[in-house]
Amino acid sequence: MKLLTGNDLGSGDVVWWTGSGWSRDVKEAVDAGDGADAILKQEEAARRVNASYAVDAGSDGLPVHIKDRIRAAGPSVRKDLGVNPDIQLEKA
Amino acid sequence: MYQYDKYDQAIVDARVEEFRDQVRRRMAGEITEDQFKPLRLMNGLYLQLHAYMLRVAIPYGTLSSKQMKMLGHIARKYDRDYGHFTTRQNVQYNWIKLEDTPDILADLASVEMHAIQTSGNCIRNISSDQYAGAAADEVTDPRPWAELLRQWSTFHPEFSYLPRKFKIAVIASPEDRAAMRLHDIGIELVKKDGVLGARIFVGGGMGRTPMIAPEINPFVKADDLLSYLEACLRVYNRYGRRDNAYKARIKILIHEHGADNYRADVETEFAHVKTLDLDPPLAELERISAFFAAPAFDPNASDDVDRSDPDFAVWLDQNVKPHKAKGYAIVNIAVKPTGGIPGDATSDQIDLMADLALDYSFDELRVTHAQNIVLPHVKKSDLYAVWQKLDAAGLANANLDLVSDIIACPGLDYCSLANARSIPVAQKLSERFADLDRQRDIGELKLKISGCINACGHHHAGHIGILGVDKKGVENYQITLGGSGAEDVSIGKIMGPGFDQDGVVDAVERVIEKYREVREGDERFLDTYRRVGNDVFKEAVYG
Repeated sequence: MKLLTGNDLGSGDVVWWTGSGWSRDVKEAVDAGDGADAILKQEEAARRVNASYAVDAGSDGLPVHIKDRIRAAGPSVRKDLGVNPDIQLEKA
Repeated sequence: MYQYDKYDQAIVDARVEEFRDQVRRRMAGEITEDQFKPLRLMNGLYLQLHAYMLRVAIPYGTLSSKQMKMLGHIARKYDRDYGHFTTRQNVQYNWIKLEDTPDILADLASVEMHAIQTSGNCIRNISSDQYAGAAADEVTDPRPWAELLRQWSTFHPEFSYLPRKFKIAVIASPEDRAAMRLHDIGIELVKKDGVLGARIFVGGGMGRTPMIAPEINPFVKADDLLSYLEACLRVYNRYGRRDNAYKARIKILIHEHGADNYRADVETEFAHVKTLDLDPPLAELERISAFFAAPAFDPNASDDVDRSDPDFAVWLDQNVKPHKAKGYAIVNIAVKPTGGIPGDATSDQIDLMADLALDYSFDELRVTHAQNIVLPHVKKSDLYAVWQKLDAAGLANANLDLVSDIIACPGLDYCSLANARSIPVAQKLSERFADLDRQRDIGELKLKISGCINACGHHHAGHIGILGVDKKGVENYQITLGGSGAEDVSIGKIMGPGFDQDGVVDAVERVIEKYREVREGDERFLDTYRRVGNDVFKEAVYG
């Protein structure tokens, strides 16, 4: 399973591909399947996302690597600032 | 403090408007991210893990209260109500919007500040001793020289595209409070037979290949300083490697080329540079120095301090340092609350520190490379009032230079380069050692944490250093022992296999308890380590 992520150009917010647009909430992200490269190219060109890339997701629908889980959750030391601060960061 | 002349202000204002247009063009799609990225980095704007991050330069760590207030204003208006003081004496904002950045830079320019040369392969913000102008042991105030170097290096056309970034520190005391020999160029101002000059150290640094800068010249006359530095940079610019970013710092050039060969090349270049008449006229030096004249200290200020409040007395002993003027003291505000985030201060805390500087410290503050704030000139009779106000704001932790006065980089909580989180480790350690009596019994102990090999948390220079690494997708922490960024500079050595986050806290505690067991007399941790060696601690941790 592949998720697409990047940052909103103007605000810099971390965003996730929902199939029809971008959301700050990783729980709205969908599997990009084989179309990842084409979607990223199209969305970057339209300036709807910046610094985008594809990440592997696990069975929980969340990124596998801790770096991207922190991007999805927000800083673990400032849970008041995160979008999904309760995401478990370490592998179960 | 230095005040911009019309040229300083004009170039900063022009830069703001130039960047405003660059942002507009990027938002309108007239330039790509590949074209825009180097432009935003030249204005201190990074794209980090969660958002854009703006790094604001604080030249040689010196601020007025008005400038500090502006930092609080920016945190409140454009960020999430806090700022982060860094190991480069700068401040960073973690949640900046691209579209707000031109207005932020305009606000900064209105108080003679900017974010220029806080990124890129140029000469970065000049760092210095946070006690400059106040320390009893300095041979001269290093800040006029740091300011001269700031002006020399700002937009220097020859040195805007060096092989890699370039960091310079200037001190003027035998006690090194600025990790001077861990910079690309370290300058120690000294006097020889009454003549002011500088010892020049070149090729230090941390990162993946830590090195202590060798002395390249034991005495460069102050009149020749700019020409000599120009020669140092020219030789690096000519021979520094551009084929491999990991081998591009000047420390690698000197390591591979040899300090003697580098020195000889610099001397040849220096002889040529001296013909170019680059050194500033005496009048310009005097103009700059006049801004740093000592404040009007009260000659009748008393050295007496009422120590009857025991909490105040502890803070006095730990965080307040001697001043060169009778009746005055240097106040260190440790931005290291128990369980808190090293270097983070809220907008209200920033405002309070600005107010204290205005009311009690001749309108001056300093940022330290240990992520703390200094009020450099406080009358001893005002210390209790200052302490009460700091205490009410959660800024009176009496832990300066103790085990909980931890340097930590932003780590994987914020930084896109990091491999592991640094801040949670710092928080757990400060909670483990929350008992101030225990900390004071342990004594001076510099604990420094980096979340990756780039070493922004200075772990190589920690008496105890912690390096976070990625071990098959899991955070892992290595301990180094025996480093120092002070005048007894050394690079820490890896103790053994790494630990998880809780394990490293336990391991550090075992190291410290072993030190308490084997120390002799007044030995600091570092002294004991150097006497007994690594194995004693390794045995205590790994069995």
